[in-house]
Amino acid sequence: MQSEWRPTCTHELLHLRATLLAEIRAFFAGKGVLEVETPLLCSAIGTDPQLDFFTSQPQIAGLPEQLYWQTSPEFAMKRLLAAGSGSIYQVSKAFRKGESGRFHNPEFTLLEWYRVGFQLPELMAEAAELITTLFQGRQALQTSQWVSYADIFKQSTGLDALNFSHPQYCGYAHNNGLPEAMDLCGDNHALWLDMLFSHKVQPLLGRSSLCLVYGYPACQSSLARLNADNPQITDRFELFIDGVELGNGYYELANACEQDRRFSHELKLRQQSGQPAATKDTRLLAALESGLPDCSGLAIGIDRLLMVLSGSAHINQVIAFPISNA
Amino acid sequence: MAVFSTSEFRAGLKVMLDNDPCAIIENEFVKPGKGQAFNRVKIRNLKSGRVIERTFKSGESLEGADVVDVEMQYLYNDGEYRHFMVAETFEQYQCDDKIVGDAAKWLKDQDLCYVTLWNDSPLAVTPGNFVELTIIETDPGVRGDTSGGGGKPAKLDTGAVVRVPLFVQQGEMIKVDTRTGEYISRVKE
Repeated sequence: MQSEWRPTCTHELLHLRATLLAEIRAFFAGKGVLEVETPLLCSAIGTDPQLDFFTSQPQIAGLPEQLYWQTSPEFAMKRLLAAGSGSIYQVSKAFRKGESGRFHNPEFTLLEWYRVGFQLPELMAEAAELITTLFQGRQALQTSQWVSYADIFKQSTGLDALNFSHPQYCGYAHNNGLPEAMDLCGDNHALWLDMLFSHKVQPLLGRSSLCLVYGYPACQSSLARLNADNPQITDRFELFIDGVELGNGYYELANACEQDRRFSHELKLRQQSGQPAATKDTRLLAALESGLPDCSGLAIGIDRLLMVLSGSAHINQVIAFPISNA
Repeated sequence: MAVFSTSEFRAGLKVMLDNDPCAIIENEFVKPGKGQAFNRVKIRNLKSGRVIERTFKSGESLEGADVVDVEMQYLYNDGEYRHFMVAETFEQYQCDDKIVGDAAKWLKDQDLCYVTLWNDSPLAVTPGNFVELTIIETDPGVRGDTSGGGGKPAKLDTGAVVRVPLFVQQGEMIKVDTRTGEYISRVKE
């Protein structure tokens, strides 16, 4: 049997990845943001029921029987922030079980950074600056668009994203080629938003430009703070270019009690749907307790950024050895 | 019958959807970074031939469909049904016009073709990729013109009409690609 040993990406892509990483490091060095490394194998994991994780047995005395491959370096980085690291960034691998497709490889590369003292708009501006820098001389990018979730949702679907109207959502789905949404989403507002946004809104975002969507509905908050002026929305934003989701940012939740409550709630959801149990990150909670400085954080998928930069249709074209060939 | 989850959906897989046998054409994994994962699936209904798109929550599953393509010999047309036979077993199947569909114009007695069976009943007929048929009607061409440019319509013994080069004559046998309906070459007998 002939074994396929060659990389699935071209030499040009290998070089593009290397120069991109060098430029990212130069960008943050210029701003005095510290590069850090945190573990991929940890004793606790994010509880988000939408994220499935890989586990390993370390077989080392004194360690838990099972360790988790990180779905994001977020918790460890927040422990550094609480310990007084100041602004930090990291380029790391992250792992998400079951995620495989044109835009997903279960093992992927993330750029994640936290800016102490930044509120969301400042971080959004910095994200736009970084993306613009990386695109310079490679691909034309028009002026960035900033748009609220509710506005873009209304524009694309005519629906109110913040106030759920079951009949209106059903009517839209029925008339726009998604009748299955009625069965699939039922009266779950968050699920409706996920489905309509990913099928009908996202594909049109950021044609040859960077689109920053902010003000996500509160039911889609995860680790973000609720907006101080409008509790219907959360201080979260996402980045899109050519309909591809590139990154997700928060004004970080720093309240240990609120975080603990969200963890417990998500653990209960996992249990109800029969998903594998996750271990609550008590070290993160202790760090939040001791005090997370006011900060905003953002993660960008490096593989997808490379796809957009090189016009690649499949993530396998930008990764040397994707999971099927690993 | 086996059950397939969205992560097992791949091109060619036959599944039951809305009580009809279907073939998966394309399966796209759609997942917001924070939020529900979906699979946007392009599916062909094997009874109607229609292609639809349908979204599933990742992890949902569909029952497999007992659909197989069996090589058979086309026997004859009795006016109402066309009859086919599996050469090894002599088992015969009959198909009405609706099932035979477009394949009818390429079917010549004794030729081999594929009959798609669902729970052992014919669902569709696919001719071989290449068939050899005789021209029964075409304008006399210009002798010596071998350029192949232009061409002319030619009616074949099965009723199909294809474009052939000007030098090809009535009564000749030609090879045709049934997938594109294009003339390939003359056949030397």
